[in-house]
Amino acid sequence: MLEIRNLHARIAEDGTEIIRGLNLTVNAGEVAAIMGPNGSGKSTLSYILAGREDYEVTEGDILYNGESILEMDPAERASAGIFLAFQYPMEIPGVATMEFLKTAINAQRKARGEEELKIPDLLKRVRAAADELNMDMSMLKRPLNVGFSGGEKKRAEILQMKLLEPKLCVLDETDSGLDIDALKIVAEGVNSLRSPDRAVVVITHYQRLLDYIVPDKVHVLYRGQVIKSGDKELALELEKNGYAGIIGEAA
Amino acid sequence: MNLHAPTTTRTAAEAALIDGFADRISDLPGDADVTVRRDEALEQLKAGLPTRRVEAWHYTDLRRLLSSVPAHKLETDAQAVAPLIDRALVLPVVNGVAANPTAIEGVSVSRLADRLIDGDLTQRLAAAGPDDTVGAINAAFVSDGYWLEIAENAELERALELQNVHSGGQVHSRFAVKAGAGSKSTIVERQTGTDDVLVSSVSHLDVGDGAEVLWIVLQEQPEAASHLAQFTASIGKDAKLTVFIMNSGGKLVRQEVRVVATGEGSEFRLRGINLLAGETHCDVTMVLDHLAPSTYSTETVRNVVTGKANGVFQGQIRVARDAQKTDAKMACNTLLLSDEGGFSAKPELEIFADDVACGHGATVTEIEADHLFYLMARGIDEKTARGLLVKAFLAEVIEELEDEAVIEALEEKLAAWFAAHG
Repeated sequence: MLEIRNLHARIAEDGTEIIRGLNLTVNAGEVAAIMGPNGSGKSTLSYILAGREDYEVTEGDILYNGESILEMDPAERASAGIFLAFQYPMEIPGVATMEFLKTAINAQRKARGEEELKIPDLLKRVRAAADELNMDMSMLKRPLNVGFSGGEKKRAEILQMKLLEPKLCVLDETDSGLDIDALKIVAEGVNSLRSPDRAVVVITHYQRLLDYIVPDKVHVLYRGQVIKSGDKELALELEKNGYAGIIGEAA
Repeated sequence: MNLHAPTTTRTAAEAALIDGFADRISDLPGDADVTVRRDEALEQLKAGLPTRRVEAWHYTDLRRLLSSVPAHKLETDAQAVAPLIDRALVLPVVNGVAANPTAIEGVSVSRLADRLIDGDLTQRLAAAGPDDTVGAINAAFVSDGYWLEIAENAELERALELQNVHSGGQVHSRFAVKAGAGSKSTIVERQTGTDDVLVSSVSHLDVGDGAEVLWIVLQEQPEAASHLAQFTASIGKDAKLTVFIMNSGGKLVRQEVRVVATGEGSEFRLRGINLLAGETHCDVTMVLDHLAPSTYSTETVRNVVTGKANGVFQGQIRVARDAQKTDAKMACNTLLLSDEGGFSAKPELEIFADDVACGHGATVTEIEADHLFYLMARGIDEKTARGLLVKAFLAEVIEELEDEAVIEALEEKLAAWFAAHG
């Protein structure tokens, strides 16, 4: 589903290279965890997948279902089924959450040639998804993410993910700032989306989230490269011994 | 006295105004006193249109920007338009001619032309000063309009819409409204039409003690229009006035707002949205005098600039020595969506009282890249995402108006503008 080949990317503004020859394959039906120390390029990778303009790809390619997405803008990627759950979701004053959800869902449906959802149907879906995530509908009357706590923002991201039904879900440090109860709810939300035609990329610093979202593969990112891949045992090993051993091995 | 640059040669616009006066004067209403006022106004125009050397016109060099003045048109196919707010009572002035008024409960309505004849308006025709060019052009040429008196304690259930519509040429109209003590009303001043035009429009409003008025100016002139407008008001004791201005058209626009808070405990709110596209030059200039103690005012102006448009907001708040406990806050925020557009903001506070709270702020920003990325990452295309963010920037000002019907009508106007210019 996702194939990253020898990717090199830098910060557009100052030319600092962050991703240095990264190779990664994620298959449909798979949950892949990407772990790595701070500054290894994890969040950058998530932004590049979503198409943020602050980064420039200088070499290599990203194939999604066999086709390059490098020329697609963020909206086109999203409509094609790529979803990024942000580490720090943006607060956008003046944009009502419900209106945002309606616009986003219908923009994607339209791009895929599907009929637009009518308000009652939309409300029903939003209510059902909010219930599963233990979210109060009154939150959705507020402007987008404005005044939400850290945990509420993360839940709102998963709510959007459930409603948009993407094919490739990228979760950037979704566990940060969550207490254990919220973490379980969020993990259940992600697990409910697991399916043979969908892939999930979980970017995380810690093993903790992986107790609840059990990965099929674990990849270790360091200095902009995948330096080691394995199964879920690799995450436990990292938890026990830290990154130093693996980094030493790779060097 | 000639404050303006010596005019060795007249511009085409100056010549058209001055020469046009001789042709028009015999058709214009008014008694002998009114004719004297018209002559005085013409003398003021003969001194030349103001240039940037006149402080009040520093950002709007009228002499340069008013490049031509179309001839007055006798024939017209203009018609009144559907009101902004559902069920509003429309009082149309079509190419400078008012309709004969129909009866409205709680309001006495007469044609302004009749008031000019019996002398009621004579005092008000005098220009407020040598820089009052809008007032002078209007005084010289005003042909008609309406004079309304809202009865004391009348609460008007339906909005009144004063329409100044045209099909080009020249239109000089005036509206005068007296809102009786304790009355409540919503008044829309609608400025629209088709074709190349010079419009001068002057409105007077007296808000009686304890009265509440929401006055909405909706300016949606055609692209080639020169629109010179002035709104003057006085606010009585414990009275409330909200003026909402939306400028969304015209080539050269000057909207003056001159408000005097005369009554203790009075409240004034100015809310403005300027939607600037193409090569529009749009200037909103406010002078607010706090004359009485414990008066309260807030001014919020939000601007969106696209294309090669240029905007101006001048806001002057003067607090008299006796106006203790005045509370005034002014803000002007601009979203600049084009490298070729511009906006100038000039806030001014003149405070002679010592126990007041006054503040002002001005910002010019672009759309936040982070916000745009977030919306696009959810599949919303760039154009729609930008539209949502711009609308969010403006919605706040509209939503403050509280009346659902008014908010909805204005948001529709916003959406229509973005569909055409977004």
